[in-house]
Amino acid sequence: MATKNRIEVLKTYKIYIGGQFPRTESGRTYIATNAKGEMIANVCLSSRKDFRDAVGSARGAFGGWSGRSAFNRGQILYRIAEMLEGRKAQFIEELMKQGSSKGNAEAEVNLSIDRLIYYSGWCDKYQQIFSAVNPVASSHFNFSVLEPMGVVAAIAPQGTSLIGLVSIMTPIIAGGNTCVMLASESKPLCAVTFAEVLNSSDLPGGVVNILTGKVSELLPFFADHMDVNATCYCENDAASVKIIKEKAALNVKRVIYYENKKWNTKETQSPYFINDFQEVKTTWHPIENIGGGKAGY
Amino acid sequence: MIIKIPDFTISPRIDQVGVEERASRFTKRSLKNETKINGLKLALNMIDLTTLEGKDTEGKVKQLCYKAMHLHDFYSGLPTVAAVCVYPSMVSVAKKALGDSGIKVASVATAFPSGQSARDVKLRDTKFAISQGADEIDMVISRGKFHQGEYNFVFDEIAAIKEACGDARLKVILETGELGSYDKVRKASDIAMYAGADFIKTSTGKISPAATMPVTLVMLEAIRDFYYKTGKKIAMKPAGGISKAKLALHYLVMLNEVLGEDWMNNEWFRFGASSLANDILMQLMKQRTGVYQSADYFSLD
Repeated sequence: MATKNRIEVLKTYKIYIGGQFPRTESGRTYIATNAKGEMIANVCLSSRKDFRDAVGSARGAFGGWSGRSAFNRGQILYRIAEMLEGRKAQFIEELMKQGSSKGNAEAEVNLSIDRLIYYSGWCDKYQQIFSAVNPVASSHFNFSVLEPMGVVAAIAPQGTSLIGLVSIMTPIIAGGNTCVMLASESKPLCAVTFAEVLNSSDLPGGVVNILTGKVSELLPFFADHMDVNATCYCENDAASVKIIKEKAALNVKRVIYYENKKWNTKETQSPYFINDFQEVKTTWHPIENIGGGKAGY
Repeated sequence: MIIKIPDFTISPRIDQVGVEERASRFTKRSLKNETKINGLKLALNMIDLTTLEGKDTEGKVKQLCYKAMHLHDFYSGLPTVAAVCVYPSMVSVAKKALGDSGIKVASVATAFPSGQSARDVKLRDTKFAISQGADEIDMVISRGKFHQGEYNFVFDEIAAIKEACGDARLKVILETGELGSYDKVRKASDIAMYAGADFIKTSTGKISPAATMPVTLVMLEAIRDFYYKTGKKIAMKPAGGISKAKLALHYLVMLNEVLGEDWMNNEWFRFGASSLANDILMQLMKQRTGVYQSADYFSLD
């Protein structure tokens, strides 16, 4: 075997829209580099039209995904974790290419898998924790339940390649939302490979869409697209936060802003992250007073 | 003027590969902003806003008529659609709801959508729609008879319905999805035009495939040839499956390049569609505001 002369087949890093792996419609790319500034891959420089297409896919997938049983969503998240476990080595290698030490890379992948399992378990439990039967003074049975917001456009934490993306994406979809994620601009490789994991794990196409590209270019569209119900941002950049808040007001999008979070610690996983992407619906249901009793709730 | 009726068994044959390639080339034109906006408004003005469901109620038809007159009131200066297309039983409701808005009422007739009924029934169906006030009649041809080669039957039927229409314009639905080949689409188009159709129309919208660009191209070419032979203009209506603004613009490009500017208005071209209107409105609003739109902010039809 003349392995010495063999030319390695390099991977094309494409984006993930509606369960497909297209290149950006703009045909543009940018170069991802490691800490030393050496090129490690060509990556799609997504345009606003890619974002528009991704939102279209997410909207199309929302009815089916939010309508699934919570238990089934949990099963699918578990399946994603299984698939990620099976491709651990590839992720560790990619993280090291992007500047992690071996130990840190291993820890990041393990934590990502565990986090998927963690939220998989929460899928059919957060509703019980955050829903409520409310005391009211009239003859009504009054209760509040959670409903997903809809399509969430999230800019993944920029400092990490995998764990940040997983930490934001998982609670969003655990709660029945669909999403468009923008990967870390400087460390985009794991996001694309993670899309391959998603694509082989029973997750319907369109529930998660992943773009790579420039945050500064796409951020305004993440905030002003009328068919997006919530926008999530995780950086400490006051100017960007201001843009998002202003543009989001156009259709009263919910803005979920995580400041100074350390995504590679246990503190950044809790059912409250699911709750952040839920609406509360309160229902007043008239009841009869039985046997002379007062409203009991 | 006397038009000589040709032998329909020798209608021109269609080059399938050529037609499909040419149709796909119309989708590659680059339309710049101003042209695009004008094109979108024109397309809006060519729509036959349609509801043809067994479950149609008076309320639903009134709602559709309101939509036809008030497409999106936030956007000033919009045209209305060309017509509202309903079943015969809903014509009087639509007529009343539309009032003097200038929007026409089109009614399907002749045992739509299958056309499997006696001629007498079809004629009465047509006359009923006319008596209710329909401005236009959308009839279906007898595809079964057509496939049996009984072209004279199909021809005579269209001619009889045309006579029953009086002043109302007659659209003849070929239901191209059931014809099977471009050759047959061409033949059916020729039969319809010589028999007196004012419009030829691709589909009922009840079966798939409905309108496609190649099928529409074949029909546009039939119209062109008929015009050269007789000097008489025939209008075209693709229907079914055209739900995106971009696709509507492709059709307009095709219309302009095959039949020319004389056909670029709603007297000579219509889109049979219901969801197309909202997609066009969303594109127009996107052009005006610069922001991608959501269906949540547009009225249902």
